[in-house]
Amino acid sequence: MQLEMPTPELQSAPPAEADQSSDGQLSVREASKFFPSLTGDGEVCVFRDVSLDIANGEFVSIIGHSGCGKSTLLNIIAGFDQPTSGEILVDGKKVLGPGLDRMVVFQSFALMPWMSAFDNVRVAVRSAFPSWDSKQVAQHTTRYLNLMGLSDIGKKMPAHLSGGMRQRVGLARAFAVQPKALLLDEPFAQIDALTRGSIQDELVRMWDVAGATVCMVTHDVDEAILLSDRIALMTNGPEARIAEIVDINIPRPRTREQLIESEDYMRLRTRILRFLIDHNRRPTALDDTAHAMQAYPHSDENQPD
Amino acid sequence: MMNRKTWRLPSDPKWWQAKILSVVILVVLLGGWQYATSRAAFDPTGKTEEELMLLEFNGDIVMNDAGDYVFNEEKTSGVPGPLMVGKKIVEELSHPFHKNGTNDHGIGHLIFYTVSRFSVGFLLASVVAIFVGVIVGLNPVIFHAVNPFLQVLKPISPLAWMPLLLYTVQKPTITAILVVFMASLWPTIANTAFGLSSIDKDYLRVSRMLEFGWFRRLFTVILPAAAPAIVAGLRISFGSALVAVVPAEMLLGELGVGYLTWIEWNNLDIAGVLFAILVVGFVGFLMDALFSKLSKAASYAT
Repeated sequence: MQLEMPTPELQSAPPAEADQSSDGQLSVREASKFFPSLTGDGEVCVFRDVSLDIANGEFVSIIGHSGCGKSTLLNIIAGFDQPTSGEILVDGKKVLGPGLDRMVVFQSFALMPWMSAFDNVRVAVRSAFPSWDSKQVAQHTTRYLNLMGLSDIGKKMPAHLSGGMRQRVGLARAFAVQPKALLLDEPFAQIDALTRGSIQDELVRMWDVAGATVCMVTHDVDEAILLSDRIALMTNGPEARIAEIVDINIPRPRTREQLIESEDYMRLRTRILRFLIDHNRRPTALDDTAHAMQAYPHSDENQPD
Repeated sequence: MMNRKTWRLPSDPKWWQAKILSVVILVVLLGGWQYATSRAAFDPTGKTEEELMLLEFNGDIVMNDAGDYVFNEEKTSGVPGPLMVGKKIVEELSHPFHKNGTNDHGIGHLIFYTVSRFSVGFLLASVVAIFVGVIVGLNPVIFHAVNPFLQVLKPISPLAWMPLLLYTVQKPTITAILVVFMASLWPTIANTAFGLSSIDKDYLRVSRMLEFGWFRRLFTVILPAAAPAIVAGLRISFGSALVAVVPAEMLLGELGVGYLTWIEWNNLDIAGVLFAILVVGFVGFLMDALFSKLSKAASYAT
């Protein structure tokens, strides 16, 4: 897909955005999450004492097996859920609930099916920039739809769009708000492999320009290496934790072709896969609680790789 | 039903096959009706002079121009045939807006009375029911507290409320509207509450993430998300109100197409009763078609 370079348009954006795109440093401070167990006796610990610091403008992925609690962690960062203990800081301020400074891109796209693609983005822009008149809102919306290569489909309803197109609308909605941080919850899991590649490229290009902090949850190792500055490896739940954080020091811009040739890439891929394989086996004594946790609605709902 | 703007190829088999079948069914029904209601010609053999005189005196038979006794066409017994009902339909439709006294109003007036009575009751109930349903559906505590009451109130026939309503409001005009109101209330409340309580949580998350105020959240997310369920509830209410309006008119003596069947029964005009039944069917059909057009505007693909 041919795309114009987004830079000049973004620079012409109104000054009101300056406040929004300020320091997006994101910190998870010793966060733990417990759910009441399904049997009713006691609690299940999803993860314990997780700490993670993401610098402003950094792209960090969290990778782990299904059910390890990584989506729960992302929901807590988003403010949809509260940690049992510990806290989340954005730009030094404690997160108390969801907000426009942290836009989530959902695995299920979460576009309102009763609104056109354009209206789905516009309603977010209107909410993020309440002082703008309707013309400014419409212009801004159009600009971000164009940046995602969606100039022709604004009038279409989400039901009439492919999964890839819907997630482009989801990304346009998230970027158009110009949040401090972008939270991606397995954003490409429901998109076919060929489309996935081009959307990943578009995401990187948008991120380059917008400069938002990104935290992505995934279980796709290649995707994580291609996109991330660092990858946090999460052990299996219950009582999951971030075991290690891998620096991806492959220079940008990265292309898929170049990655395949790169020795760094092979080394990192092997290391991460080795970690995932080593942690694939659950401790048998905890099998019951692990199943109970999977059945609990807040735990990871994702299909295994 | 047919869209005149689009030319249908004659090779589209389902279209004309269905039409022909409809006509065949109609002909069979009318033919069967005619056969079942027709009488053989009067046969005087085996009857004494005295018996014939008594029959003529009662008006069952008359002497025709040729001097033979035949059945009296004016005096009908049993269910009238399609020709007589057809004659009645033509007669009624030829002066739809006449008014003779308090009870003999043209069919156009009667339809208007019923439709306006129905509309007022249904719209009033819909507004109240959606409002109550939203309040009940938004709060799980209220939902669970109110649900048992709804379950008991829902199956009560709307006509069962009539004596109480008539006693309370005195006026039969208002009582008829309230019966329609009661008939349209519960399905809409139940469906609205259910629709609101089962909204996809991702939509609610998006609305929280975008920091919508409660007003915008209600009108741009919650109500549209629940719209299919609300419309389904309105649809059920609509049907049950349509069923309730006819006996309500009969019992309360309120002029309308429902009461027409009763007037004609009191007149012992069975052709009139059949005509009134057909009118009820057509009015219901037209209103339902109109309503489904409106409800399409509130639907969307997911």
